[in-house]
Amino acid sequence: MEHAAITHQEKNVNDPERWVSVIAGSALAAYGLKMRSIPGIVLAALGGSLVWRGATGHCMVYEAMGITSVADDGRQVSVPYGHGVRVEKSVTINAPTENVYAFWRNLENLPRFMHNLEKVEVYDTKRSHWWAKGPAGTTADWEAEIINEIPHELIGWRSIEGSKVDNAGSVHFTRLPDGRGTEVKVVLRYDPPAGVLGATVSKILGEDPAANVQEDLRRLKMLLETGEIATTEGQPSGRK
Amino acid sequence: MKAVCWWGKGEVRVLDVPDPKILNPHDAIVKVSLTAICGSDLHLYDGYVPTMMRGDILGHEFMGEVVETGPEVKNLRVGDRVIVPFPIGCGRCWFCQHDLWAACDNTNPNAWMIEALTGFSTAGIYGYSHLYGGYAGGQAQYVRVPFADANPLVVPKELPDEKLLFLTDILPTGYMAAENCDIKPGDVVAVWGCGPVGLFAIASAWMLGAGRVIAIDRFKERLRLAQTIQKTEILDYSDEDVFDQLKDMTGGRGPDACIDAVGMEAHGTFIDAMMDRVKQAIKLQFDRAHVLRQVLHSCRKGGVVSIPGVYAGFIDKFPFGTAFGKGLTLKMGQTHVQKYSRMLLQRIQNGEIDPSFLITHRVTLNEAPEMYRAFRDKEDECIKVVMKPF
Repeated sequence: MEHAAITHQEKNVNDPERWVSVIAGSALAAYGLKMRSIPGIVLAALGGSLVWRGATGHCMVYEAMGITSVADDGRQVSVPYGHGVRVEKSVTINAPTENVYAFWRNLENLPRFMHNLEKVEVYDTKRSHWWAKGPAGTTADWEAEIINEIPHELIGWRSIEGSKVDNAGSVHFTRLPDGRGTEVKVVLRYDPPAGVLGATVSKILGEDPAANVQEDLRRLKMLLETGEIATTEGQPSGRK
Repeated sequence: MKAVCWWGKGEVRVLDVPDPKILNPHDAIVKVSLTAICGSDLHLYDGYVPTMMRGDILGHEFMGEVVETGPEVKNLRVGDRVIVPFPIGCGRCWFCQHDLWAACDNTNPNAWMIEALTGFSTAGIYGYSHLYGGYAGGQAQYVRVPFADANPLVVPKELPDEKLLFLTDILPTGYMAAENCDIKPGDVVAVWGCGPVGLFAIASAWMLGAGRVIAIDRFKERLRLAQTIQKTEILDYSDEDVFDQLKDMTGGRGPDACIDAVGMEAHGTFIDAMMDRVKQAIKLQFDRAHVLRQVLHSCRKGGVVSIPGVYAGFIDKFPFGTAFGKGLTLKMGQTHVQKYSRMLLQRIQNGEIDPSFLITHRVTLNEAPEMYRAFRDKEDECIKVVMKPF
C-alpha cells in the first residue's frame, strides 16, 4: 500500500519503525540509567537517540547511508509526487458483498466509521454534502458527486468543481471465494490547494493519511462484522 | 468497587474505583466470585510489558455471576454463573469462526499498536496492557465483559468455583499444548516447566493417551506435585544434563513430543529483544532462551515441539538447523480458550480432572500486593493464588 505525503522531507523512518524506536528507546534509556555505570550511560544515550529518531521520524544513520524506510511509490500515480496525496488501503470483511456495498452506498453511513467525518447529507442519487472535523475545532465542508458506480463492485466520487476541498476517491468491493467474505479497497486522492485550505485538508487526513484510512476501515469491519466498535472509553481504573 | 491496580514495577495496589458500566450493546457486567493471579501477570508486575499505565486494573482469570446485560446480549441472563475466557473474541470474524479466538480481528481497540510491532493485531485481553486493548481486568469485584454473546460459558451451580475457574486460561492452555503434540498411544511426552500450565499440560497429555510423561523443573515442590499427583517421571534440570538424561530414558530415541511451558520468563520481553539487537551490534553474547533450545535439541526426529510458554521478542542463536535437520513440527500461540472450555467443563463434570489440585493460596483481594510478591519470589511454595473479591 502506498502513499506519498507532500510534507516531511526529512522523514526517512516509517511509522511502525518510529513507534518501535520510541518504545525500545525509552526502555533502553530507563534500563541504562538504572545501571548507574559507564556502560549504562552509553545504553541510555543509545536509548535516547532511538526515542529522538522515533519522535522525529528522522534517522541520522539512515541519512548518512542515503536510505529511507518511508514508502515512496507516489511517482507512478496520477497526482504527481510533491503535488498531492494518494492513499490506498484495504480490509477483508466477513460479510456478503451485497451488504458491505449497500452500507457504503448509503453515504450517510460513512461518519459512523470515518473518524474525521462529521456528517454527510445525501441530496440525490449522485450529489452529497460532506462535513469534516478540522484542527482546533474548525470544520471543512464540500460537495461531492458519484461519478462511477457498478453495483456490488465499485463506487467512485469526487468533489464537484469549484469545491473548497479538491478530492476524489473510489472504493472497490471484491467477493472472495469459499466464504472468505469481501475485500474492500479504498483509493483516496487529493490535490491540496495552496494556503490555509490545503493545510486544513492535510490536517483532516492527518499526518499519516494511510494510517487514518486504515483505522477507518478497521472500524468499518468491526461495525459490519459485530455491530459495534470495540472500546474501553469510560471503563474504571485506579487513575483519579 | 475494590480492584487490584498496577502501580508501576513491583507494585500493585488495592484501590476503590468506580463500578464498570455497559459501554457497548454486547457488553455484560459480571460480579466476580473468584479470580486468580496468572504467571503471565508477573511479566506485568515486573515491568516487562510496555504500555501499562498506573491504575490499570489487573487480572484475566475470573468467573462470577452476570448482573447486567447490554441490549444486544441474547444468550446470557442476569443470574447466570459464568467463566470468562481471557482472550476476548467477537465470535463473528473469520478467525473466531475458525476457532482461532486468540487471533480475533475485532476486539482490540488499540489494534494499531500491536500491528506496528508484529504486523498483525490479535484479540484483546483483560488486564494485560494497552497493547492488548487496555481492558480493565478481573481482579476486581465487578468486570465489564464485552462481546458477552460470544465469550462467557455458563457453568452449572453444583460445581465449586475452584474446580471451574481455571477454564478461563491455564487449563485450556495446558490442554492445547498437549493437543498440539498430536499424541499417539504410547508416546513419550517431556514437559519443561511444572507451573500451573505445565501441570495441566501433563494432566492433558495423560488424558490424550501418552504412554509416559517426563516432568522437568528445578523447583522441588513443583516436581513433587508432578510426581505425586500427576504420576510423572521427573528430571531436575539444575543438577542433571537434561538432554543426556532424556536420551538415556528413551533408549536413545528422544521424547516424541516436547512442551516448553516456561517461555520468556527467564528470557525477558521487549527490553531483551532490544538488548538482543544491541548485543548483536556490540558483539556481546547472552544466552537466555535456554529452555527452548534444550527442547529443540532433545526432541526426537520428526517429533513435535509445542510452546504454550509466552514469547514476545527476538531470540538469539535459535537452533533452526537442528529443527530443520530433524524435521520437527513447531506449534505455539495464545490459547483459543473458547474452543476448549465446553469440552473441558464436560471432563471436569465427568470427574476426569479436578483442576483445583494446584491451588496453594486462598486469599481476599486485600492481600493481592503480598501475594504478587510471594508468587514472583516463589516463596511459601506458592504455585497458584486465588482471590475472593467478596
